[in-house]
Amino acid sequence: MSMTAALGHAHADPHHIGVVVEHPGPAPKRIVTAYGFWVFLLSDIVMFSCFFAAYAVLVDQTAGGPKGSEIFEQRNVAIETVCLLLSSFTCGMASIAADVRNRFWFYLGMAVTCVLGLIFLAIEFNEFADLVSRGYGPSRSAFLTAFFSLVGCHGLHVTAGVLWLLTMMAQVFAKGFRADVLRRMMCFALFWHALDIIWVGVFSVVYLLGGGA
Amino acid sequence: MSDQTHLHAEHDIAPGDEEQHGIRERIIGYVVGLGLALLLTATSFFIAGTNLVWQPSIPIALIVLAIAQMGVHLVFFLHITTGPDNTNNVLALAFGLLVVFLVVGGTVWIMAHLNQNMPPMDQFIKMNS
Repeated sequence: MSMTAALGHAHADPHHIGVVVEHPGPAPKRIVTAYGFWVFLLSDIVMFSCFFAAYAVLVDQTAGGPKGSEIFEQRNVAIETVCLLLSSFTCGMASIAADVRNRFWFYLGMAVTCVLGLIFLAIEFNEFADLVSRGYGPSRSAFLTAFFSLVGCHGLHVTAGVLWLLTMMAQVFAKGFRADVLRRMMCFALFWHALDIIWVGVFSVVYLLGGGA
Repeated sequence: MSDQTHLHAEHDIAPGDEEQHGIRERIIGYVVGLGLALLLTATSFFIAGTNLVWQPSIPIALIVLAIAQMGVHLVFFLHITTGPDNTNNVLALAFGLLVVFLVVGGTVWIMAHLNQNMPPMDQFIKMNS
């Protein structure tokens, strides 16, 4: 019934001249881009959930190798956590600076974020290198495979984030605060904050839950 | 598609964007978020190594603290709110969380039952003799 009414209406007014526009039209590009990136981040979180599920299943399959509580160092993990948390904060400061077009605070915020990210990566790399040199590499047991995949995947994301961060600084330096550069900066901030959320899951589930048992 | 950076009232806002605030309010938001996150992190690390609380409660406390901290990050850093201009962002997040809980919860549940119902053969013989 309503179909035929709509068809009749379309025939009477094919170019919608008399129709009041109810929809405001497409959203601005900043909203569309950020929303699309948000959907990507959620799919990335779903991918991490698979690694978490694999880790939860394999955590006791040590095959005579070390348990989590024997190889985790709480002090290093605490330093890593504080680094990532502070870098999330400085990344937020850099986004505010980009929104108000303040170059100095933008560069400063991004540089501090970069340094904190690199400290995080250095500590994680040392931890991995130490484990491998003691013979506890990813091939030692199913538990270590799951551990290296989960934590290493997060580390790869942080590495990609640091490269993206440097690209954003270069783009602002070369092109200024153009609308497209600001959209990329916004996606980068979303990415960096999402990495910190995943790290909360990693240090709670892997290091704290596994370290106490 | 227009390339404006200002927000229209009739659209949902972009994830990560805030409603119009001054710089001062935005910075205070991040400072509050950082303070809460540091507090929750410190509590997590303290709870994990302490003998002051009943030991079996520690894993549950750690999980609750982790979920609380993720909530703090979402609200103060990613600016996901329950406001009417955030419906799309919250719905996408809700669907993502549904998939995460299905994957993690389903895997742990199924694998625990497999371990229970399919013990190695020597245990199986012991159980049935």
